[in-house]
Amino acid sequence: MSDTGIGARVKRKEDHRFITGKGQYTDDINLKDQTYAYFVRSPYAHATIKSIKIPKWKPEDGVVGVFTGDHVAEDKIGGLICGWMIHSKDGSPMKAGPHPILAQGKVRYVGDHVAVVVAESKEQAKAAAARINVSYGELPHVVDAAKAAKSAAQIHDVAPNNTVFEWSLGDKTATDAAFSRAHHVTKLDIVNNRLIPNAMEPRAAIGSWDAGNDHYTLYTTSQNPHVARLVISAFHGLAPEHKLRVIAPDVGGGFGSKIFIYAEEVVCVWASKRIGGRPIKWTAERTESFLADAHGRDHVTHAELAMDAQGRILGLKCHTIAGMGAYLSTFASCVPTYLYATLLSGQYAIPAIYAEVDAVYTNTAPVDAYRGAGRPEATYVVERIVETAAREMKIDPAEFRRRNFVKSFPHQTPVIMTYDAGDYDASLEKALEIADYRGFAQRKAAAAKKGKLRGIGFANYIEACGIAPSAAVGSLGAGVGLWESAEVRVNPVGTVEILTGSHSHGQGHETTFAQLVSDRLGVDINTVSIVHGDTDKVQFGMGTYGSRSGAVGMTAIAKALDKVEAKAKKVAAHVMEAAEGDIEFKNGTFSVKGTDKKMAFGEVALAAYVAHKFPTSEIEPGLKESAFHDPTNFTFPAGCHICEVEIDRDTGVTEIVNWTAVDDFGTVINPMIVEGQVHGGITQGVGQALTEGCVYDPDSGQLITGSYMDYCMPRASDVPSFKLDFTETKCPSNPLGMKGCGEAGAIAAPAAVMNAVTDALGVRDLPMPASPHTVWKALHATKMAAE
Amino acid sequence: MSAISMKVNGKAVCGTVEPRTLLVEFLRENLGLTGTHVGCDTSQCGACVVHVNGKAIKSCTALAVACDGAEVTTVEGLAKNGKLHPMQEAFREHHGLQCGFCTPGMLMAAVDLVKRKGKKLDEATIRHELEGNICRCTGYHNIVKAIQAGAENM
Amino acid sequence: MDNFNYHRPSKPADAAKAMKKAKDGKFMSGGMTLLPTMKQGLASPTDIIDLGGLKNSGVTAAAAKVVVKAGTVHADVASDKGVKKAIPALAKLASGIGDPHVRNRGTIGGSIANNDPAADYPAAVVGLGATVQTSARKIPGDKFFTGMFETALKSDEIVSAVEFPVPKRAAYVKFPNPASRYAMVGVMVAELKDGSVRVAVTGAGPKVFRVPEMEKALQAKFSADAIAGIQVKAKGLNSDIHASPEYRAHLVNVLARRAVAAAK
Repeated sequence: MSDTGIGARVKRKEDHRFITGKGQYTDDINLKDQTYAYFVRSPYAHATIKSIKIPKWKPEDGVVGVFTGDHVAEDKIGGLICGWMIHSKDGSPMKAGPHPILAQGKVRYVGDHVAVVVAESKEQAKAAAARINVSYGELPHVVDAAKAAKSAAQIHDVAPNNTVFEWSLGDKTATDAAFSRAHHVTKLDIVNNRLIPNAMEPRAAIGSWDAGNDHYTLYTTSQNPHVARLVISAFHGLAPEHKLRVIAPDVGGGFGSKIFIYAEEVVCVWASKRIGGRPIKWTAERTESFLADAHGRDHVTHAELAMDAQGRILGLKCHTIAGMGAYLSTFASCVPTYLYATLLSGQYAIPAIYAEVDAVYTNTAPVDAYRGAGRPEATYVVERIVETAAREMKIDPAEFRRRNFVKSFPHQTPVIMTYDAGDYDASLEKALEIADYRGFAQRKAAAAKKGKLRGIGFANYIEACGIAPSAAVGSLGAGVGLWESAEVRVNPVGTVEILTGSHSHGQGHETTFAQLVSDRLGVDINTVSIVHGDTDKVQFGMGTYGSRSGAVGMTAIAKALDKVEAKAKKVAAHVMEAAEGDIEFKNGTFSVKGTDKKMAFGEVALAAYVAHKFPTSEIEPGLKESAFHDPTNFTFPAGCHICEVEIDRDTGVTEIVNWTAVDDFGTVINPMIVEGQVHGGITQGVGQALTEGCVYDPDSGQLITGSYMDYCMPRASDVPSFKLDFTETKCPSNPLGMKGCGEAGAIAAPAAVMNAVTDALGVRDLPMPASPHTVWKALHATKMAAE
Repeated sequence: MSAISMKVNGKAVCGTVEPRTLLVEFLRENLGLTGTHVGCDTSQCGACVVHVNGKAIKSCTALAVACDGAEVTTVEGLAKNGKLHPMQEAFREHHGLQCGFCTPGMLMAAVDLVKRKGKKLDEATIRHELEGNICRCTGYHNIVKAIQAGAENM
Repeated sequence: MDNFNYHRPSKPADAAKAMKKAKDGKFMSGGMTLLPTMKQGLASPTDIIDLGGLKNSGVTAAAAKVVVKAGTVHADVASDKGVKKAIPALAKLASGIGDPHVRNRGTIGGSIANNDPAADYPAAVVGLGATVQTSARKIPGDKFFTGMFETALKSDEIVSAVEFPVPKRAAYVKFPNPASRYAMVGVMVAELKDGSVRVAVTGAGPKVFRVPEMEKALQAKFSADAIAGIQVKAKGLNSDIHASPEYRAHLVNVLARRAVAAAK
């Protein structure tokens, strides 16, 4: 291994600009003659818009324009779309209600976008927005997913009972049969709490229209600028793709929330033409992020697990109500279906599974993919019910898992997925050793002496990443293919530019992608640059989410590098007057087998551009290759996380005292970066389990957790230092053997924490977040019951 | 509008601001120092932390006019003569940042912490002292390590 | 936030004058509460009278009393050697307000004049039996906090200092709101030099309050056991998504016992 190649802990190339304050985030960019947008938002959860009264502005108001749904309709700008079709059990297509970029006649959640004010300054835009008088007619509303189907609120005309779809997966008959043979059945009702993503950089956009060329540019905080361009072009109908440039510069975290095409960004670029081409800038205030970013999770589930007398799982049944919010966001429909129910087999050989998912509208912000997207929800169901079953059957939870692990690969689950490689015993055993599982009883006793309740919990998660084989997702309803593209430009001096459709917003692609190039071409990592995030520079790409940038994005780069190597060999053969078959390439040097003739990579690059020494009728000059890679299967990262907690009986405060994570991500390109992804993921999962929860007031429909005053972000003191290790089984479906690591922590952590907390308290279940108040209530109830 | 002057990162600067202009707006918009970020509107996230007269404060919760005459240091002023500050070095060395958005505030908070509590910092102290800075990417693990190492090199 | 007229007087009299002239004026000290409130559009004063120009900060700690000038920031109270020696509970309280950056800007005068029900300082003022000095008079701590966000201050009256008698022993224990870090419940327990005991609770109710039953029990026997069975009534306590009145009532007892055990 070279010190900058695959497997090396290379320090990040992108860090210099971030630690010196020179990053360029969207809000850091200012364009000439820029104006500012502020959105008028609905104060009601559900209402008709009776009228919008716009005052007569004076010059000192600085108002440049005010636009409403009427203007959107006038310009025939299409609504926001959901790009994944789901069919109900009865074969009917999902009921997608219209989602205009500015409300047309009706608002459906607090924060819904009603109108936009464009003004000379931020302050003027905000002040003017406050003076726009919207008259609303309040309608009945519902914010609770479990109550949506029976609510008096009728959110979309197309969706009776507020039901988007009633979908199922698996074999009901086989599963019922399995349950009829069961020795023991464990039942569990659980809620996967709704979360608000909270990337630290709020969303922002600058839209501009160039009158001279009838061309639009949008700077935006996006994880996938090409997809944004495609949707704005094809569905909003703003301009054809070659007349629209989308740039996603440095982006301050996404976690899924910046995948989606939102109204505000589209409005900025559309309205710029309305005001004659002056750029329009919008930066969300954090309050707006809370109200109007797509939220995550929001599942209400009943699950049942059937076992034989030895504790072998016979079958799993699961019914889930998934809250979708007031509109279907870009990928909302695939999250509680194909990203969720397909993972309900977990790491276990479960012969029969049947899952039903009812997706419902509520008068809340749209819900879509958030770090893990469906897979944390699946893991939570599986790992909570497996833990509960083990306790009920009085089998050690580690042993219960061992008995049920998938042991041979490939393994076909009853819910679509074919697991291609893994070793679940290996990660469990390693984790048990690092966590000193055998010493737990002693630690629990020691804690009891201090008046603390100590508990331990496992999460043996599996996820499907490397999203995704295009034909497979197409057959399941996806509106797009999920391949990735790459272009390798070798410059005449031998430096290399990689253009990728992946997008880095914290993942460190500028480093890991360069490591791959350094490894393959034997060039200095500092001579490699990564270009992403600009549709005018990079060929089409699908962006970054679903832990796909390594397994899919880097494989595309690897394929293009293969082509570069092949062509360079041809050039080298001509220059060194040897047969192409005799050319060897190693450590950045081309040599002729059996001779001392050799050329450095840079020399061959120069020769390719100079083009003096090979027949250009056979070999084109230059050294630039591109590749599109479509994966043949999902990848299946898996691992074992063990959490140990101590609970203060008096206050209900839970402290995480130990965390062990053993993950199998296949090949790891940069362990330092991978560990960082795991740390961050775990902490987000801990946030879900212990601190975070989105709360809407059922009576008013208002968002109660609308700022950091009430929405509790995990802080440094809420988590410990983590003990991390890896096992490795190579992923067989890509040449690098990579599986992906970006979501693992967030997928594993909630179940690990809640298994530990319920173990400490001796209760079956507890709602997340297990805040001190919630834990105290459980302790108090136990105490009352005892007295 | 009021005319104000300050010394920012060792350089005398002046400008005209409205009374409501926040220090962070003055830094970002008037001076173009966009390293200091705004991540919330309730003074919790700490992305906007700068030093005013040697003390770490949240620049989103200070009026620019109230800082008239002050000495201000932002993340752009940490490196001296092209040499990174030891805390900046430590954040890179220990992978204390991912998306980079909270990083300027984290760095300024960390440097302030070392000034107040010295170079030998235990993990519990660092975690407690980061109460005013939120990071969504790193899980804090490597930020803690970076601050510990950076402190020793300061 | 909406614009306003900005004043930065250097004398208290000028500050009062500016306030009188203003249509809807607000005094601002550190601005730690006022500015976020204005940013969220929950307050739009016509005039801000910045008390920073008064340069009224500093701490004097003597054997009998500690005087903290109104403009003293929390960090300075927390780190003051004299305060740490005379009333460690006060230094500890100041060291737990907000976060390090807030403590470099927020002041004692601003905190008590604002009288947020979840602020920490009111527990110190009442719990230690302090006296509030204003531009016009001296107000006993017990009479200063009149209601939620309301004090005995007249509209143009400015806090100039807070005088804390040095107790025999005292401690402040806080249970922070997990999100905001304000006090969900904070309890100051103090045994004063005259032998009387004070138990002051912040965060739990609409304003700081004392717990006479606990005070009486502790006066008889200053030990955590003495108050183990004394619960404040949940009725009337604050209720939000973070804590029910019952939980707050429970925490008052837990924290009071911990404060008694920690008092020094």
